[in-house]
Amino acid sequence: MIDAFRRNLDSGHASLIGYLTAGDPRPEYTVRYSEALIRGGVDVLELGAPFSDPVADGITIQASTQRALEAGVTLREVLKIASEIRNKYGTPIVLLSYLNPIYRMGFNMFFKEASSRGVDGVVVPDLPVEEAAEFRVAAQEASVATVFLASPTTSDRRLDTILKASSGFVYLVSLLGVTGVRSELSAEALRLIDRVRARRERPYIAVGFGVSSPEHVSMLAKKGAEGVIVGSAIVKIVQENLSDPERCEARLEEFTRKLKEATRFKD
Amino acid sequence: MVRSYNLPDESGRFGVFGGRYVPETLVEALAELEEAYNRLKADQIFQGELNSLLKDYAGRPTPLYFAERLTEKLGGAKIYLKREDLAFTGAHKINNTLGQGLLAKRMGKKRLVAETGAGQHGVATATVAARMGFECTVYMGSEDMERQSMNVYRMRLLGAEVRRVDSGSKTLKDAINEALRDWVANVRTTHYLLGSAVGPHPYPMIVRDFQSVIGREIKEQILEREGRLPELIVACVGGGSNAIGTFYPFIEDGDVRLVGVEAGGEGLETRRHAASLVGGSPGVLHGMHSYVLQDENGQIRQTHSISAGLDYPGVGPEHAYLKEMGRAEYVAVNDHEALRAFLELARVEGILPALEPAHALAYAMRVAPIMNRDEIVVVTLSGRGDKDLDIVRRSLGDLV
Repeated sequence: MIDAFRRNLDSGHASLIGYLTAGDPRPEYTVRYSEALIRGGVDVLELGAPFSDPVADGITIQASTQRALEAGVTLREVLKIASEIRNKYGTPIVLLSYLNPIYRMGFNMFFKEASSRGVDGVVVPDLPVEEAAEFRVAAQEASVATVFLASPTTSDRRLDTILKASSGFVYLVSLLGVTGVRSELSAEALRLIDRVRARRERPYIAVGFGVSSPEHVSMLAKKGAEGVIVGSAIVKIVQENLSDPERCEARLEEFTRKLKEATRFKD
Repeated sequence: MVRSYNLPDESGRFGVFGGRYVPETLVEALAELEEAYNRLKADQIFQGELNSLLKDYAGRPTPLYFAERLTEKLGGAKIYLKREDLAFTGAHKINNTLGQGLLAKRMGKKRLVAETGAGQHGVATATVAARMGFECTVYMGSEDMERQSMNVYRMRLLGAEVRRVDSGSKTLKDAINEALRDWVANVRTTHYLLGSAVGPHPYPMIVRDFQSVIGREIKEQILEREGRLPELIVACVGGGSNAIGTFYPFIEDGDVRLVGVEAGGEGLETRRHAASLVGGSPGVLHGMHSYVLQDENGQIRQTHSISAGLDYPGVGPEHAYLKEMGRAEYVAVNDHEALRAFLELARVEGILPALEPAHALAYAMRVAPIMNRDEIVVVTLSGRGDKDLDIVRRSLGDLV
């Protein structure tokens, strides 16, 4: 995953991280939709495992995880989907899951499985770094990256801890709020990028939450984010094309291509 | 035996339970809340202000009532009822909302958000918002709005905005999700006034402390009446705020049995219940590590109880700890047994309890007959039953 970031930076691009809820609307679609995103230019795929109580997510991703749950998708199933995509396309994969399904499986078992199935990193939106000691040990033993989140409310003292604990990249939350499509990019995002970039030692930065359009992507890339994460805007396309998977694939590819073009930060 | 009980520890844990499993945006807000609370705990002016509101506004102390006719009828232990149903707004919830309201004022917050199940906490929050001059938004599951429509109207009369939650099971769990999402977006100006002893640290501690006025009064009142402590104390447990407030002052009194009663719904074997401690397993929900009702893949299960206030798939982390260390016991009582207890108390003592404490009462009625006449049972009657009359009418129908 780090290599993907580095290659893009060398060619003057931020990396594009595209999110899909695994199993939305059914497991077999996720591989097809991932392929569409990859064709469009996604550099890293973020696969979300559905959870019954996604407190960090807005209505778009809530509805998406609900569809996946109704299709019977479990964390084990998500890992299977991840490995299929990894084997087929070789694209780095970050898995996003709320803590309870991982806790239920057991940290060691989960990371062993994640590692053997080619998952590069894991994001857990309800696991702050203070609670993550055991989790990090299990991740390290399995050589899976741990991506922590930092938000505009994060203090300088805690930001240091978060940056040290994050491997792969650090996930900057662009705004105060839940995930979802927004028309404007929050000014808080730009300030947070500056705060992290001022640190001498730091992981790569990827910015997410509310990043919805090529304009947002371009602004973040030029501001110095090495990665941009687009979630709800992609999931919305899935939601709008539930009855027409082919049209969905075409639209996903087309949208991703526009996002990808916007990742260029120097001419 | 517990000699000196001093939890949560510095990381916000009761043994392995508790903690702070929340989105990053809330971590600093929780730290700020913890700091403000610890400062005010020792502040005489703050405590004086709270005590005077509890006395003159909420009507404390509430009576400890000897249920003489019920005792006679059951023919065993003496039954005392802690009358939280007589507290202002009709339930124990006001103890916590007054405390947190003052806290939010001192922290300079302008707005309160809250979740509500039965509507009692929502009403108590709306009341405090009116009294202290806060804007107020209450999240409530659409199923609960249906079964507790009178409380919805009460909240609106008090000037609160009630927002309908249609996600998930459309009950308390989902109302908490939505309140948390609101708080994440408005964290700088808003205080989340959580109503039960659940959620991330410091909420389980704060809610327990504000509710332990119940147990402190029980202790004082029973010593005055009987000159000794009771053999058994019983309280209902949804999230567990009235129970932890009742139990906490007795934790070091090892001879007092503490029993928490969960909602057995249609029976533990049917899976249509809300008994997290009796029928659940450790997990992480709503910011805490505690017992939760979940499937084998870690998805939170749908719950059921005739009582909206107990209809919750998790439980406060301190209860999980008291269970694991054996200091408190937890049992389940079904819908129909709670209804029977409701009717019995109405007929024998002239008191209509809320369906939540009817569960606790049902357990006391189960065990009192096999106890000695010189033994004492205290039941916390956490709220009054007016809000439940529609449900009771639908369930009992022709029986009355």
